[in-house]
Amino acid sequence: MKTNEIGKPTNRVDGRLKVTGEAKYAGEFNVPNLAYGFVVNSAIAKGKIKKIDTSKALEVEGVLEVFTHENRPGYVWFDKNYKDMDAPPGSPFRPLYDNEIKFSMQPIALAVAETFELARYAASLVRIEYETSPHDTDFETNIESAYVPEEYKSGEPSEPWGQPDQALASAPVQIEGDYTHSSQHHNPMEMHASTVVWKDDGKLTVYDKIQGVMNTQQYVTHAFGMQPEEVQVISPFVGGAFGSGLRPQYQLFLAVLAARELKRSVRVTLTRQQMFSFGHRPKTMQRFALGASKEGKLEALKQDVFAETSRFENYSEDVVIWAGVLYKCGNVKLSHKLVELDVYTPLDMRAPGGTTGIFALECAMDELAYKLGMDPVEFRLKNYSEKDQNEDKPFSSKELRECYRQGAEKFGWEKRNLEPRSMKEGHNLIGWGMAHGAWEANQAQASAKAVVTSDGKLTVSSATADIGTGTYTVMTQIAAETLGIPLDDVTFKLGDSSLPDAPLEGGSKTVSTVGTAVKSACDKVRERLLKLAQQVKDSPLVEASLEQVIFEGGQISLKSESSKAVSIMAAMSQNQGKAIEEEVSSKPADNQSDYARYAHVATFVEVKVDEDLGTIKVTRVVSAVAGGRIINPKTARSQILGGVVWGIGVAMEEDTVMDNNLGRFMNHDLDKYHIPVNADVHDVEVIFVEEKDEIVNPLGAKGLGEIGIVSVAPAIANAVFHATGKRVRELPITLDKLL
Amino acid sequence: MKNKPEHENTETASLSAPPKEAVTLHINGEAKQLEVEPWTSLLDFLRDHLNLTGTKKGCDHGQCGACTILVDGKRINSCLTLAVMKDGSEITTIEGLAKEGELHPVQQAFIDHDAFQCGYCTPGQICSTVGLINEGKAKTLDDIRDLMSGNVCRCGAYTNIVKVVQEALERSQAK
Repeated sequence: MKTNEIGKPTNRVDGRLKVTGEAKYAGEFNVPNLAYGFVVNSAIAKGKIKKIDTSKALEVEGVLEVFTHENRPGYVWFDKNYKDMDAPPGSPFRPLYDNEIKFSMQPIALAVAETFELARYAASLVRIEYETSPHDTDFETNIESAYVPEEYKSGEPSEPWGQPDQALASAPVQIEGDYTHSSQHHNPMEMHASTVVWKDDGKLTVYDKIQGVMNTQQYVTHAFGMQPEEVQVISPFVGGAFGSGLRPQYQLFLAVLAARELKRSVRVTLTRQQMFSFGHRPKTMQRFALGASKEGKLEALKQDVFAETSRFENYSEDVVIWAGVLYKCGNVKLSHKLVELDVYTPLDMRAPGGTTGIFALECAMDELAYKLGMDPVEFRLKNYSEKDQNEDKPFSSKELRECYRQGAEKFGWEKRNLEPRSMKEGHNLIGWGMAHGAWEANQAQASAKAVVTSDGKLTVSSATADIGTGTYTVMTQIAAETLGIPLDDVTFKLGDSSLPDAPLEGGSKTVSTVGTAVKSACDKVRERLLKLAQQVKDSPLVEASLEQVIFEGGQISLKSESSKAVSIMAAMSQNQGKAIEEEVSSKPADNQSDYARYAHVATFVEVKVDEDLGTIKVTRVVSAVAGGRIINPKTARSQILGGVVWGIGVAMEEDTVMDNNLGRFMNHDLDKYHIPVNADVHDVEVIFVEEKDEIVNPLGAKGLGEIGIVSVAPAIANAVFHATGKRVRELPITLDKLL
Repeated sequence: MKNKPEHENTETASLSAPPKEAVTLHINGEAKQLEVEPWTSLLDFLRDHLNLTGTKKGCDHGQCGACTILVDGKRINSCLTLAVMKDGSEITTIEGLAKEGELHPVQQAFIDHDAFQCGYCTPGQICSTVGLINEGKAKTLDDIRDLMSGNVCRCGAYTNIVKVVQEALERSQAK
């Protein structure tokens, strides 16, 4: 395909709105007569509300109502009605359903008032008496009672292949280890918020922070017994989500409830502290046993995963698939068990399962390579997988070798001394580590509509989201390229439930899924435009088929003789001033399922560890990515840079600390829950290696939202080992673990 | 010795919002006579009362910098400031940086370097950059990283943000 827009490092089309403050997020639609809600959260982790006294709050002038389980309307009832598109198997949490407390910080009341300040004040006046029951939030002591769920949210672990036990027993070189990390919270910069606009006819317009407006619409209509035409959901900008917006969060339910009961528009915005009161990346413990031949061939692999879930839903993610994707090994045994605790259900968080599974896998492989005395890159090349062994399928494309080569070259890997503690600079120990990773490159079904008006302008729309990923920009590029018109003549619309259906923005599949629908819709428009162009008086295109013309520079011209052309404007003039409109639903091609489809990455890291103080600085990162065709190198690079920053957080900072006495996350703010700041991030380089893939989708593009993070934490952990000789198997690697 | 105020029994006192106070705020070059409840933060006042939603709330506790604005040329966290405290001050928010439709060079540089993704921390980052240059303290790359660390970006755009600040610093030094 000749490219004019695809592949260009284009500035974000929504950039101006974002740098001027004009971009409006869910909690910023200031509609007339808006009331404000403030949530009261449970102080205990388990038990019952014995008494909830709202009388003092209701005395405050300007307070409209305090909603609790006692005055919740009866129409919100059935369990299944609360299921959203991303719900794990089980029974979803129902806010204000009854007096039962299932987790600490459970929402138990909503104070609604004329102003935000009054609502907050009123919330502080609600008095609650609890009847506490013994809770259990201790992951470690419950590992023994871990269970296999009846149904996994993720894929089921593959059946063992080969003879893992025998192969391990007879392998001359072996390692085993337990790798752990704590719970982590998404903490997008924008707190979850919903502004629910109530109209006189009872219909609602809902501005929601969500990674897919159709999920909010489904949730509200099901939970409140409404019809889709009664609930329009709008979400033009999302201030980060990273998975936290895959499921509608409780502020939505509470805002809708209050708006319907009060017959008034209501906004509920969570506080930063309340951002720790719903889903999180589940804590895991992963037990690895690896065996290899003396020559470094991987002979056996066992991975047993234990992961946290709530008592009401069985959350799971793909933690155990990565060995079969990334390493060739004939004898493998995998398991994934859940540990039920009195917490809220975990939630997909940037590269769920990959971030944690690849961390443990890649640290274990590094340990094995050291035991073999092999360079980690050489070890990975020796055990390179040519197919996904979980499903016994070939890869649609896999340029991982090129990632190693280009990444190592850029990093200067050949200058590395294998020996730990062998590189020093003043009082700093220098460590170089690496890891590789993969992330799924899936396509789902989606619809898009393309409309060309008589002025030659194109509007394309789909109910997808842009959570900072660049959806607005890349869809505009794809549409402009397909019709051969300038970017300025294209508008892409998203984040509105009245637009053609699109799935949740998650799993790095939006370019693949919505991009394909956009291209298909524009392809249909091309057919229509060519027919119109053929009706132009003395048209040089009368005999031409679609294959014989190109769309470029606002013109449709013959490939064989570019001077024979009709402009799009001239073609449109044949349509009696009417617009051309095409809506298309696109599905993955049938042959996709014959292949394993993944993006790949190799990450090289330098750390400097102060020998006396144990402070760790990640001074250099090179991330080499094979992600298919890159639609926009500028926004693509930003995705990978962001993934690397997340990896630094996972490796060294992020740690939601559970106080098992209280059953409560203790560090529930941005002061105590550390995420990387500017001073934590130094030299980061991103390389995109060339990768052609005609299977993955018609664009040949793989998603990039998650591939950037997956191998960063293990590369850092491996670099810390190289620097210090100390293997830390428990994230985050804080300085106390090195002293 | 002053008489001690009589102990106010909050259980029986009438509960209502505190009375409003008159303030004059010069916001983005325009003087505004306003009535403000003393418990309203400058951030909430801008966002909820003046509909200047470009200034963002990310934590309400001075821990993230999303609410950074310029008060008399200095960058502050508007969430840690009550609106009544700024009577008579010159306040610049993100909405006031572009002049007659032309972006401030720092705004344009944020676009050109793709120094944001979701855009939510961006107004704070931009105001913070302008404030940092005004302070004149930053000299080196490490200074920039340190002095911009009060503005958290969860999308992780730091690499590009640093480039913008470097450029702005060079521009200011060239003057």
